[in-house]
Amino acid sequence: MMHRSHVQKLGFAFLTLCAITVVAPILVVIGIIFVEGVRVVSWEFISAVPHDGMKEGGIFPAIVGTLLLTLGTAVCAIPVGVGGSVYLAEYAKDNWMTRAIRLAIVNLAGIPSIVYGLFGLGMFVLFMHMGTSILAGVLTLAIMTLPVIISTSEEALRTVPTEFRTVSASLGGTRWQGIRYIVLPQALPGIITGIILGLLRAAGETAPILFTVAAFYLPRLPQSPFDQVMALPYHLYVISTQVPGMPMSVQYGTALVLLILVLSMNFVATIIRSYFRRRRQW
Amino acid sequence: MVEPKIRIEGVSYFYGDFQALDDISMDIPPNSVTVFFGPASGGKTTMLRLINRLNDIVEGTRMSGSILINGKNIYDPDINLAELRRRVGMVFALPLPLPGTIRENVVYGLKLAGIVDRNRTDEVLERSLDQAAIWEEVKDRLDSPANALSGGQQQRLCIARSLALEPEVLLLDEPTSGLDPISTRKVEESLHELKKLYTIIIVPHSIQQAARVADQAAFFLMGKLIEYRPGTEIFTRPREKRTEDYITGRFG
Amino acid sequence: MNFNLAPNTNKSTTLTMKKSKPERSTWSEFFVESSIRVVGFSTIGFVALIFLFLLREGLPIFYEISPANVFGTRWYPTFDIFGSLPLILGSAYVTVASILIALPLGVCTAVFVREVAPQWTREILKPLIEVLAGIPSVVLGFFGMHVIAPLVRINLDAPTGLTAFTGALLLAYMSLPTIISVAEDALDSVPKSYRDAALAMGATKWQTIWRIVVPAARSGIATAVMLGMGRAIGETMAVMMVTGNAARMPLSVNSLFMPVRTMTATIAAEMGEVANGSVHYHALFGIGIMLFILTFCINLVAAKAIFKKRYRGGLR
Repeated sequence: MMHRSHVQKLGFAFLTLCAITVVAPILVVIGIIFVEGVRVVSWEFISAVPHDGMKEGGIFPAIVGTLLLTLGTAVCAIPVGVGGSVYLAEYAKDNWMTRAIRLAIVNLAGIPSIVYGLFGLGMFVLFMHMGTSILAGVLTLAIMTLPVIISTSEEALRTVPTEFRTVSASLGGTRWQGIRYIVLPQALPGIITGIILGLLRAAGETAPILFTVAAFYLPRLPQSPFDQVMALPYHLYVISTQVPGMPMSVQYGTALVLLILVLSMNFVATIIRSYFRRRRQW
Repeated sequence: MVEPKIRIEGVSYFYGDFQALDDISMDIPPNSVTVFFGPASGGKTTMLRLINRLNDIVEGTRMSGSILINGKNIYDPDINLAELRRRVGMVFALPLPLPGTIRENVVYGLKLAGIVDRNRTDEVLERSLDQAAIWEEVKDRLDSPANALSGGQQQRLCIARSLALEPEVLLLDEPTSGLDPISTRKVEESLHELKKLYTIIIVPHSIQQAARVADQAAFFLMGKLIEYRPGTEIFTRPREKRTEDYITGRFG
Repeated sequence: MNFNLAPNTNKSTTLTMKKSKPERSTWSEFFVESSIRVVGFSTIGFVALIFLFLLREGLPIFYEISPANVFGTRWYPTFDIFGSLPLILGSAYVTVASILIALPLGVCTAVFVREVAPQWTREILKPLIEVLAGIPSVVLGFFGMHVIAPLVRINLDAPTGLTAFTGALLLAYMSLPTIISVAEDALDSVPKSYRDAALAMGATKWQTIWRIVVPAARSGIATAVMLGMGRAIGETMAVMMVTGNAARMPLSVNSLFMPVRTMTATIAAEMGEVANGSVHYHALFGIGIMLFILTFCINLVAAKAIFKKRYRGGLR
């Protein structure tokens, strides 16, 4: 029989192996896309309009489209998301209504992205006659992003000690003043992190924009919120599955640009979080 | 005969099913130090928090009776809560500086009241820090973080923060419980100065402290007011057996 | 109980608490607080709206064609045959396979991160797992198509690399971040006293982990699995790009290495080409309704566990 300490050693080695199995492929994915993609990514690639059936030129309209969609999502989702989190963390009493709201948020978070796409098509594109447009896409993405922003922001608000609220009230502050002057500023880094994580999801999603905004090929920039746009994730899908004879380098280049966009947002969120966690005064 | 500053009339208070206060009635005279003392969970802190309605925040509570300040019931529906809390300041058991600088802490109450004029706030800043006996220690670092101060300094800063609003009544809930003897002395000494201007109610953290600062003292036991008399009398010749037992250390 | 004593009265201010005249800020404050309330309640409205519009566009399918057709075993939209069974089974098949991969891997990694790994390893692992959560599914699908699929074809001798297995593998990695972080929380909430007691009785750290800590965290781990499943069922792009999309009934273990088609992929692939209001269009929304109800139920179960955790112990 093996000695107990040998079992433990073997066990720990196995766990380490599991962790490596989880993490190593992440690095491989990023590494391969980087190595293959970096050759094609040039100033021209990110600043030029595609031509020759998208085999030549760049992916500028897709980049602009994704940035516009992300920005629009931010504008729509941030006020609602942060407001909702303030309601849940500061105002909501523990009653059935609040439980219903929480349940709604959990479910919003769990609804498949393609179902959001269907909803956006049914409600915004067709019922509200927005057509396949930036507006319809942005609204769809915003609702999808909401639960992420709400839950992370609420978490951030709840870490601010209750005592600050009591002190503020004892000095003649209304509830909103306490939130505005003490709670929100203290929770801000956490809220921003949550917002970035939510937007990151919106920027990378394809399914919700498939039928609401994304254009297959549109070599110009949008003129109004009722125009279609190209978007990076959808563009990557299109050139890797729908266009025969697409050079691999262009595909990898597009994947790389999308990956860099998303990873840099992720990086910023991580930095903000760890920086303020160290600086915080309580 | 002096008009009482605060009149408490038949106050009972419940946290859910637990009765924290049972039919409390007492008059608190102005410009004096009143002590609420007694064993833990006897109701003294609850009584204190009712006087500036800080317990309004707590859910699932019930109150009957009334509390009058200058003859006006503070539980009337037309009371402006923010105004009331500016008039009745509160200092907590733990020093709770808000995040931010010393200056921001002291003028926070003014900011809430909409007073932001720099001349005015600077004036208030110096006056209140001075009244709380901490001006000399912090006057050169008003813009450094408040939580860099020592515990004793933080507590005096919190007193200054309440004083900045020039309250009429100052409620102190075991303000020296976390402090060293020297800081405690400083806080107690400042009380003697402060009562010239304010009506002070304090929950002390020891009977010795109660005896040192009390003009009059109220003994709370299990939600009931057992005895309420001038400090010189209650600590030397209590009338009630239970008060005597507590003071002499037979329980507590 | 009253008494009088001679106090030093030299100041007699009157407390001005007359009729509460609204302060300058009161109206704007009322406005802000009301909007916050409305916004909070709106989340319920969004869920309702989503369901409503799915029903509006999808319900017709259930009376346009016979139930036998709706739940039949063949999906040939061109011939108005909309048997959703192969799609439902396809989703279930891929999801279950992915959980079989992700569960052991995720739990072991969570145990490693929480119980074994030194601080510095943890600080490398956690951000990396977060990065995984952030990689767009279309990028993973792209990678799966070009790198994993050829490997599967060559090593497993499958006719094509685009198989259920390829999809399950990708899905497993996509649900790993969820599973790991929820499982970690579960391990974290096991009281330290359990560990101390076990160690004090002479158990090794290894024995403590597997006989005490993990069993105590099992309900949390179950939640992790539920949420991971919800994530996997709903995943669209990656699955569509690597599973080959053949709508056939996956009924045996061998099907693992054959193409399969999921509900999500069907919607994504076909919605672009159907006429609004056609039977096919309604059928795709009908699948949407099924997906919504399915994930709703999964999240309902998971939410119960999450709420229990939130309200246990001290608030804030």
